[in-house]
Amino acid sequence: MYNRDPLSRVLYIDLTSKKHWVEDRKDLFEEYIGGTGVAIKLLREEIPRGADPLGPENVIVMATGPFNGVYPMASKTVAMFKSPLTNNLGESHAGGRSSVAVRLAGYGAIVIKGASEIPIWISVHGDKVSFHDARALWGVRSTHTVGRVLREIETGHGFRTIMRIGRAGERMVRYACVVVDTFRHFGRLGLGAVFGSKKLKALVISGKRGIPIADKASYRKVYDKIYDAIMGTPATKKYHELGTAENVLPLNELGALPTKNLQKAQFEYALELSGEKLAEVYLGRRVSCAHCPVACIHLGALREPYKAEAYFYKTTFVSYDYEPIYAMGTMLGIKSGAHLLKLLDAVEVYGLDAMSTGVALAWMTEAFERGMITEKETMGVRPSWGEYVSYLKAIELIVEQPNEFYSALAKGTEYAASVYGGRDFALTFCGNEMPGYHTGPGAHLGYALGARHSHLDSAGYSYDQKMVGKEISVEGVVDYLIQEERWRQVLTSLVLCLFARGVYTPQVVVEAFKPLKWEVGENDLKEIGKKIHLLKIKYKLDEGFDYSKLRFPKRIFETPTPHGNISPEFMSTAVELYRARISEELKQLEPTLSG
Amino acid sequence: MAKRLSVVDVDLCVGCMMCVFACSRRFGDGGVSKSAIKVASIGGIERGFKVIVCRACLDPPCIHVCPTGALKRREGGGVVIDLARCIECGNCVAACPYRAIMWDEETNRPVICTHCGYCTRYCPYGVIKLEEVVPSV
Ligand code: SF4
Ligand code: SF4
Repeated sequence: MYNRDPLSRVLYIDLTSKKHWVEDRKDLFEEYIGGTGVAIKLLREEIPRGADPLGPENVIVMATGPFNGVYPMASKTVAMFKSPLTNNLGESHAGGRSSVAVRLAGYGAIVIKGASEIPIWISVHGDKVSFHDARALWGVRSTHTVGRVLREIETGHGFRTIMRIGRAGERMVRYACVVVDTFRHFGRLGLGAVFGSKKLKALVISGKRGIPIADKASYRKVYDKIYDAIMGTPATKKYHELGTAENVLPLNELGALPTKNLQKAQFEYALELSGEKLAEVYLGRRVSCAHCPVACIHLGALREPYKAEAYFYKTTFVSYDYEPIYAMGTMLGIKSGAHLLKLLDAVEVYGLDAMSTGVALAWMTEAFERGMITEKETMGVRPSWGEYVSYLKAIELIVEQPNEFYSALAKGTEYAASVYGGRDFALTFCGNEMPGYHTGPGAHLGYALGARHSHLDSAGYSYDQKMVGKEISVEGVVDYLIQEERWRQVLTSLVLCLFARGVYTPQVVVEAFKPLKWEVGENDLKEIGKKIHLLKIKYKLDEGFDYSKLRFPKRIFETPTPHGNISPEFMSTAVELYRARISEELKQLEPTLSG
Repeated sequence: MAKRLSVVDVDLCVGCMMCVFACSRRFGDGGVSKSAIKVASIGGIERGFKVIVCRACLDPPCIHVCPTGALKRREGGGVVIDLARCIECGNCVAACPYRAIMWDEETNRPVICTHCGYCTRYCPYGVIKLEEVVPSV
């Protein structure tokens, strides 16, 4: 790497002692690129074995990579931590202005450890790091308000990121998110609760450095090539126009759209929640992450009259994407765009992960229907498909946790089901609530086997869709999932938005590295991807992850997919094959992975 | 004919900062330290953005406050800066009501748009354009 690039500087912040310092970690970046690769190494270095995810010993790593601030669509920051939801590896990615702010403040990564005694927020403006008393911000109802306050009093306007938690994070709901710059999130696996446990209300980062490039002429050439590809490719066009919400109708047609807690995979009101309909009726503005021309962020404008005052209206902007539409929409049988937007706004206000919250509410609804829980547990809430008002109330109660039931639900769907029953229809994978694709065995194997139990680990849903009408073999799907997850480790180490994956082929990545004085070949990249993947799995195994204990919720076998009913035997054979391959590779690589 | 950069429809702006990065890339570097254009929200991204860049004033206030004469009138509006004469006082920054004179914190010098138009090629939504300056009477 080019020695004038500040990428290898890592900022360490200790919340207990309120100290901070910078270390040069060229060793890590040269070997693991940045992002996911560097983050898993830093996490391993800092976190003790068996750490309590909500204890001061948990560590938060936020990492960027060599392409951030340099190439278009390198717009993500990787957060790595121990997840309070799964009690194992936590990894979540966020866009907005986060990665540009971290990188242009002059850091490749930030490591946050310890815990504060009182609520604080931290600001990092270039080299200047300060700790502020956040007691007055603790308990504020809405993350929007916290954003507004910090926007006013902090500097760095235009070049900054404002990350903050809401009430859900403060109350340590295990699937609380961190809201980033409004409408973007470190959504999954409960980073918000980790912030809350550390009494870290917010983190503001800004910077406006230059990033010196070794070969300036070829840099501009490669940049243009990538830019033209992004603007010309149908692969990004989809995100460009209707946004990810475009997926609703095709998945519904395919019979892969989880509906009413996956009792069905088709929804009669899908059209109402579709990207087409939302754009037609509500789309109020489109925005983009920093250094990305695509502008996939779609904001719906929800106009509502005030009941008590004539001619008073409020207009709320709510961001919608496919996954939240699935979780807070189809999974709950929501029939109208307006009701959907109201629910999405509620999770944004409290700082909850929309996906986990929706799946939790769906389980709650079915458990209530079956009489496993009653109004005694739900404190009078009668959850019922499509009844958004009852869900609004339930969301508030999950955050405040006034009784044992809501405290249990705030610990996750899997935990609640272990107490109240209904595990067969609790749609979780290793504790993480399911993403929105019931496309076939690939999707569900991906959720179970992916290092962060995300549909984005290995895109099994995409494999299933490509294979519709063809036979999926155990070897074929396992092979695909492993290869795909490994290449994605490279992309998320750079750190690119995964929507750019069609443009950043291995060849293009190699070419883009050259002007940065970084000699790396396609095979090297593949090896690095494999190593990062295995490092993550090794961390998980060390923390108690066990392939033989993997559980698939029974529900996924009951509801047909585009590939028919999934067979439990197919799934267990695939898991066994996956496990065998990984353990063989781990044995071979073990010596190089330690340290 | 002299040209100038113009913000033609700020409501189309998505805040992507492609223009900001382009401006620094004129010199072949990444990041934003050399950028003469800035894009920031107008109080939360749901409200939209402002694009801050030199307006190519015909009688630029910044010229009048520069104590060393480092700023000269540019044909078509705006200024040309002679960095060798700049003493880093920052008077020009304060004199511009648009706050369109940026500051390069690495060299400690002002950064002012030269109306070269390089950024316009990268604005995906046609927010900024290079326009012919109609000679004023
Ligand atoms: S016209 Fe040239 S100098 Fe002015 S903002 Fe655009 S790229 Fe920068
Ligand atoms: S490139 Fe265009 S859309 Fe993007 S921030 Fe600049 S003016 Fe706005």
